[in-house]
Amino acid sequence: MNIASAGLEFEKIHVWRGDRHVLQGVSAHVRPRELLHISGPNGTGKTTLLRVVCGLLRPEQGSVRWLGRSIATYRSEYQAALAYASHEPALKGDLTALENLRFAVGLKRRITVDELLAALHRTGVGTCADLPARVLSAGQRRRVAMARVLAMNASVWLLDEPYTNLDASGADLLSGLLQAHVEAGGLALVVAHQELKLACGIGRLELNS
Amino acid sequence: MSVGAWHAFWLVVRRELCLSFRRPEQLLQPLVFFLIVTTLFPLGLNLQLSLLRDMAPGVLWVAALLASLLSLDSLFKSDADDGTLEQLALSGQSLLLIVTAKTCAHWLVTGVALVLVSPLVAIALNIPGFAFATMMASLTMGTLTLSWLGAIGAGLTIGLRRSNVLLSLIVLPLAMPLLIFGAAATDRAISQIGAAGALYFLAALCVFTCTLAPFAAGAALRITLE
Repeated sequence: MNIASAGLEFEKIHVWRGDRHVLQGVSAHVRPRELLHISGPNGTGKTTLLRVVCGLLRPEQGSVRWLGRSIATYRSEYQAALAYASHEPALKGDLTALENLRFAVGLKRRITVDELLAALHRTGVGTCADLPARVLSAGQRRRVAMARVLAMNASVWLLDEPYTNLDASGADLLSGLLQAHVEAGGLALVVAHQELKLACGIGRLELNS
Repeated sequence: MSVGAWHAFWLVVRRELCLSFRRPEQLLQPLVFFLIVTTLFPLGLNLQLSLLRDMAPGVLWVAALLASLLSLDSLFKSDADDGTLEQLALSGQSLLLIVTAKTCAHWLVTGVALVLVSPLVAIALNIPGFAFATMMASLTMGTLTLSWLGAIGAGLTIGLRRSNVLLSLIVLPLAMPLLIFGAAATDRAISQIGAAGALYFLAALCVFTCTLAPFAAGAALRITLE
């Protein structure tokens, strides 16, 4: 694989929402071992951009390429390499934390309960594994969602405001996980309002209205 | 290691069943509705027994259609609201497979349950015992078809508030052939003239819907996810 085609690339993305031109030709190239910090005021299309990059939303113009190939034609391989955390934790309140992970991650790859428990322990919610997600606090739910991203073993992380509801130790933990992911050769796109305090290289993409 | 389609299918079905059985009250609602509506007719109409028997197939079928419509609204909506639908859509499995698994699970907890309680209703409506087999066979195919029609409607109406009225307006016209042939099959079984013709038509509708509706429902879901 040559360097030019490695990683995730999106080019001149245009998205209209009704008659609002939300994304006006946004481009970036994120290589393995890189992290792209997407910031900008509310309503400038940060979430929309992430949804475009993960393939949920088709842009009116522009293309997203993974390993040099368009994600529209390369869908299932791309999705297998992808972990997306939306700004909702996307947990079922009636299922326990462990079941939530088992059903979500199990569709991506074969995984044992021990691996899932290990992921929950790593994000500090191992003791909540057998509690229904609806009794967890917002911060705990965020940690469970983070454990889901970890357990997916994906090389591309797309995180939409992952720091929301996390306490100080949770934020440090998340930064540590991001750093470890990037150092292990992964890449990440992170939407966040605060500065990311990481030792690895951070690319920046500022969206304006 | 990647996950095979069958494994993924069973995982989604198990997830749906697990969620349904955690909320038994929602599971029971369509059944209780079915029982109550069918009991209201004989009470309200003050019919003679023979007249009741003539009306029974229609009452039974209308009640079954409405009862399975009740739970269709939440088929994709609750997943769409809490973001788990996006996770399913990005799981690397095709939307077709996910839609099929979810609809099958929905049919298992509503359709099959309705079929299983239908003899109880049939007794209340004075349907003779020898017609039970035909009635249950026709209801089995009817509810399965309706689950699929509903999956298309539910996929299209995810993003809307108060979508259940619109969902009924989309699904009920499509369900008319089901009602006609389903009620005819039951009626003919009661009068002991051959019900096979109506059952064949019902089976054809069922096969037709089960083969094409997954594509339509998958497409509907893809549109509303955008």
